[in-house]
Formats: sequence, C-alpha cells, structure tokens
Amino acid sequence: MITVTDLGKSFTLHNQNSAVIPVLEGANFSVAAGECVALTGESGAGKSTVMRILYGNYLAQAGRVVVNGLDITTATPREILTLRREVLGYVSQFLRVVPRVPTLEVVAEPLLSLGVAEDEAQARAADLLTRLRIPKRLWPLSPTTFSGGEQQRVNIARGFAHRYPVLLLDEPTASLDAQNRETVLSLIEEAKAEGAAIVGIFHDLEARERVADRAIDVSVFTPRKIA
Amino acid sequence: MSYNFAYLDEQTKRMIRRAILKGVAIPGYQVPFASREMPMPYGWGTGGVQVSAACLTPDDVFKVIDQGADDTTNAVSIRRFFEKTAGVAVTEKTTEATVIQTRHRIPETPLSADQILVYQVPIPEPLRFLEPRETETRKMHGLEEYGLMHVKLYEDIARHSEIATAYAYPVKVEDRYVMDPSPIPKFDNPKLESPALQLFGAGREQRIYALPPYTKVVSLDFEDYPFDPSKAAHPCALCGAEDSYLDEVIVDDAGGRMFVCSDTDYCASRRETGEAA
Amino acid sequence: MTPLLQVRNIEKRYGARIGCADVSFDLYPGEVLGIVGESGSGKSTLLNCLAGHQSPDQGEVIFDTRADGPRDVRQMPEAERRMLSRTDWAFVHQNPRDGLRMRVSAGGNVGERLMAVGARHYGDIRQTAGDWLSKVEIDTARMDDRPSAFSGGMQQRLQIARNLVTGPRLVFMDEPTGGLDVSVQARLLDLLRGLVRRMGLSAIIVTHDLAVVRLLADRLMVMKSGHVVETGLTDQVLDDPQHAYTQLLVSSVLQV
Repeated sequence: MITVTDLGKSFTLHNQNSAVIPVLEGANFSVAAGECVALTGESGAGKSTVMRILYGNYLAQAGRVVVNGLDITTATPREILTLRREVLGYVSQFLRVVPRVPTLEVVAEPLLSLGVAEDEAQARAADLLTRLRIPKRLWPLSPTTFSGGEQQRVNIARGFAHRYPVLLLDEPTASLDAQNRETVLSLIEEAKAEGAAIVGIFHDLEARERVADRAIDVSVFTPRKIA
Repeated sequence: MSYNFAYLDEQTKRMIRRAILKGVAIPGYQVPFASREMPMPYGWGTGGVQVSAACLTPDDVFKVIDQGADDTTNAVSIRRFFEKTAGVAVTEKTTEATVIQTRHRIPETPLSADQILVYQVPIPEPLRFLEPRETETRKMHGLEEYGLMHVKLYEDIARHSEIATAYAYPVKVEDRYVMDPSPIPKFDNPKLESPALQLFGAGREQRIYALPPYTKVVSLDFEDYPFDPSKAAHPCALCGAEDSYLDEVIVDDAGGRMFVCSDTDYCASRRETGEAA
Repeated sequence: MTPLLQVRNIEKRYGARIGCADVSFDLYPGEVLGIVGESGSGKSTLLNCLAGHQSPDQGEVIFDTRADGPRDVRQMPEAERRMLSRTDWAFVHQNPRDGLRMRVSAGGNVGERLMAVGARHYGDIRQTAGDWLSKVEIDTARMDDRPSAFSGGMQQRLQIARNLVTGPRLVFMDEPTGGLDVSVQARLLDLLRGLVRRMGLSAIIVTHDLAVVRLLADRLMVMKSGHVVETGLTDQVLDDPQHAYTQLLVSSVLQV
C-alpha cells in the first residue's frame, strides 16, 4: 500500500542566510495492507516529517513515495486531495478547531465530503463518539472549549469515521486515560483486520507493542553529512 | 417681430425630425437630440414644444392640454406661442385637432390614425432612480437587461402591498425596450396602444422617443400582481362619465369636494351632446 | 473531467509596469483556489482580469459553459459575458457597498438576479429571497430593510446571498473578510465554508490573510510583484514553503 524509495528531505531557510537543514536521506520502506508499522527514533529524528511527507503535507526533495498506486511526489494537488478524501487518513496530534462547527459535524465531515447521506454520516459519527466516551450533550457544541483529551478523542473519531485503506496516526493515545486508550487501540486493530495499512508514531510503548507489527527506526535515514 | 415658422430654424427642425424618424424606427428607444434653448425654462415643456414645432405644418390644427385641461396657464401659453409663431389654427376639441401636445395625460377621446400626440417628458430614463449612471442604463437598454425594473416593482409591493406606482408606470414596447410613458396616470396606460403616432420629447434631458401607430405596449407587472389600471369609484359630477380619469376639486373651505373629469374637452363634449346622467 | 476554468498566460501591464504576468492554472468543479500576496502583488489585478472587470493584455480565460462547453470568455460578446456574470458566476467584493444596491431592500437585492433572468412571480421571488437570507443568517424580519441599516458583517452576508441565489458554479471573492471584526470574520468564513461545500462551488479567493486560505482553500497560489512564485496544496505551501517569499509570508504571521 505504501512504498517509499530513496526518499530525501531537507529544509532551505531562504530568509536565514539560506541555511539548509537536511532531515532525511535515502529512506526506504514499505507498508502492506493489514500491517501496522511504528516509526521510532529520537525526538527530531524526522518521524513527523516522514508522516507529513506521506500525507503530501511536506514536499520530498528526492525519491518516490507511492501510496495506493499514486506517486505523491509527482501527483497533482487534485490527485492528492482525492487521495486524502478517499484513501489516506491522517490523525495528527492536534485538532485544528474551526470555531462554531458542532462536534458531531466535525466527525461526520469526512463522510459528508465523500457524498454519504447526512443521517448515515451522523449515525457513524455518533457511534464513534459514543465509543470514545464523549458525552452526548457535547455533540452539538464546537470542540473549541473541550479539554485536550476530549479534543484528541474527537480528532480520533474523525480520523476513523471513514474506513481509510491507509491511515497515518501521530500519537493517537497521547492525553488519554486507560479506558480510552484501550478503545483507540481496538479501533486500530479493527482497521488492521479490515486490511488497512497503518503508519503510527507511538511514544506509548505499551500501545506500540500492542498494535505495531514492526518498527522502523527513522534515525537510520538521518543524513550522514551533517557538518 | 417675425419668427420662422414654429419658432425654430429649418435646420433645427430637420435635426429633430431625423431624431423622430429614428425613434419611430426603434419604438421605445431614447434618441439623443440637440435640444435648443427655448423661450421658456427647462421643466416647462421645452421637449414637447420642440417636437411639436418640428411636426407642425400650416394646415395643422393644434391643441394643448396640461393634465387634461385646455385652460391652465401653461396650456394657454403654449397654444398662444404656436398661434403666434406658426399661425396655425388652434382648438380645444380633441376630435378637431391634428397635433395634440399634452402634459401628463392622454385624452379620453380615442385618437385616430390622422393624429399626432406629443408628450412632455421630464425624465425619460425609467431606470434612472435605481441606476444613476447613464453609462450603465445605456448598456442595460442595449443588452435588454431589465431585471432592475422589476426590482422597482418588487420594492413597491414589499413596501405598499401593491405596485404603488400610480403614474409614469413603466411599459415594455414591442417586447424589446422598456420605456417611461411620461408621468401619465397608470389609468392611461392602456391607451398607449393607439392608431395615432405618439412622440415623446424631453428638452432638458435631450431625448426623443416614439410609439408608432399600433405598437405593442405592455405594462410591467408580476404574474401574481397583474397590472391594474384602476378606475375611480365615482362618476364625474358634471357629465356623469364612469370611464374617465377624475380630478378631485375642493369646492369650499368646509372640505367639500367633487370629482370631475380631468379631460376638460371630454367632459364639455359629453355635456354638450346631452349624455349627462 | 473538464476543468471548470482554464487560465492561460494572463498578462496585464500598466505601461512598463507589470500588473500580473504569466499566470496559468486550471480550476476544477468543487475546488477552492486561494491567491495570496501582499499589496502590489498583482492578486487583485489578476482577479479582475479573470472576472472580466478588466481586460488583460493577453491570455485566455476558458470557462466550461453549461450550453456550449469550454469557451474563451474574452471572445464572448458582451451581452453573453454579462449574462454569465449574473448566472454562473458571482463576485463578492471586499466592500459590500460595491456589491449591493444600498437603496434597495435586502429582499430586493437578493431577488434582483432572479428577476434579471426572468423570474416574474412576486411570491416565489420573495420566498426564495427569504430562504437565502436565512441561509446567510440574516433575520427574515429584516427583509424589507435597506442594507444601509445593516452592520458590515450583515452587509457582507447579504452580498453573498445576492450572489449565490442563482446557483453560480464559480465565485470570485476579493478579500471577503477585509475590514470586518474578528468574530464577524469567523462567522462569515464558517458560512462560506458551509456554502461552498454544500453547493459544490468552485471559488477563487484573493486575500492577504493566510488564516482565510487555510480554512477555505484547497490550493494556494502565492504572488509577488505580479508573478506567481509558488503554488500547491494549501497546507503544503503553508507548512512547507519552498520559495523565499512564501517563507517570509508564513513566518510573518503572528501565532495567537
């Protein structure tokens, strides 16, 4: 489902004397359907960078990234948008909150943009919110005022609303209590069982042990030639 | 002092006639013309006077009405003006006139194909108060973009529960141009379809437009608020006519009032022939 | 799929000065394109050239018309172009006063486009106008009030209703939230987001406010001195800017 070949990434800060910051070099790995791969490595090694490249949020300077048959590095913005809508889901660490949109709608949105009927989309959203123990009285409210943990759970619900064949999860269990962590891990296992290819960053070792089939140490891809 | 026939020089009359011909060729279209300085101020009928002057021949019989009456100060002035400068015969009888100049009314007596009706027009542009830019209104006429005209009627209904425009009610001519028929009461709109030649002159605004005989003239409206010319609830107190436009006249200082035909000739003729009730 | 709009090599000069040059892109149905840049970047010039308010010196603007397929708007007769801008296209001005008739009631403003394309039933027009006022969250009780009595945010929402009532497929927006209070902006953006999504609109939004594009735009074009210096997915251009100017723009935004 995901094949990364010879991926290289560096940042050039033009307004700071054109400083070049190399982050990745010669990255190679692949993820098969039904597999969950954990990205590991120290802080700053480039785990989030790899995720963002997979999502098309960051550009690659070298190499190829093929997701479900589409090479992200050469795809048009339209193709990537379609991929994100239908195939590729991303649960980031932070919920980007749009004020005034009710929680139920936030979670239903990925389904609505796929053309799913409103009541069906809302039913699925309600399902997930219930599983993640967000009280029903909060559903008509915007998540702006929720706690960090609540926002994270809304984020996760939104990420799992559509059964994405490829999922990127950045710290999905952070800020969660044991019960909710368990729920999220179950969600991941269910997705795996349905054949999803999952790439995750888990600082929570237990969580990693539980769902990841293997780990990829991103620091292997750190460029050697840093002066 | 001797005047050229009908006051204006021959070249000016030719220019005005050209404008009139153009107007006749494009019913309802406002033709710009080089309006002259007349011996009356703007706002007192200079447009009508110039059109009449261009149309009159020595054999014509001329009538002037001002809101239906032959005997108001302005009607009398204009009639005397042409008596003096053109030497034409004048009359108060609609049936005897060949050229009729009017301010804000159409005579009740149906006109014939031998007659010319000349209207005095203050503001020729029906869209003016909604769209002040001349450049825009010209485009709208040229491209037949008349949505704004219906906006005006919409506003009327929204504000007054009915199309409140009581006079200068806009019309669509030959399914093409929207025209302001001058401040005649909407009661008169149906008479705009006529065997006579109708000419409209706006002196200050420098525009001439025309309705050739038997031109299709439709008053604008909505499907659910159709055009209603409206009729007075009273008959004329003098001649008993039930189908004419009435003026309200205060007769004493106790608030006494009566309703009489606005068209003085129509009323007088009816009384003469004894059709009074 | 045919692009809804194909723009090729648009150039507009003011004497020796470039207004905008070398601009080409495709826009598909349902896509929102943001054009950002600072004052003098050429973004407004570009928008005006695309929308037909100004005539570019060269280039093509090919719109996929309902009746005849893709046609170069610049080659269209004026009557057709004006009809297009009343039906399939919409333009939301920065200052709502430029996009409204201030002396016509709110209902009349919204109904005008309907009447311009032949609607002749007062009741239906009023009903549709009322529906649209509700959609943009204006109390229908104010339908007969004039926009001069509305707040800036209400005027802007009225402008949007007036534009969208004929179901256009392409909306041009010039700084739609400029000059509005922050809370009012948020409400307006949310409204736009909902309408764009629900109506499947395509939109081209010119703004200097990066938060607006992040919220509304799928794709982004960054302009500087009349040229497009960077283009791509909105989140990619804002999170991983490549061009020096884009990096400067992004880093200049204060994080609140």
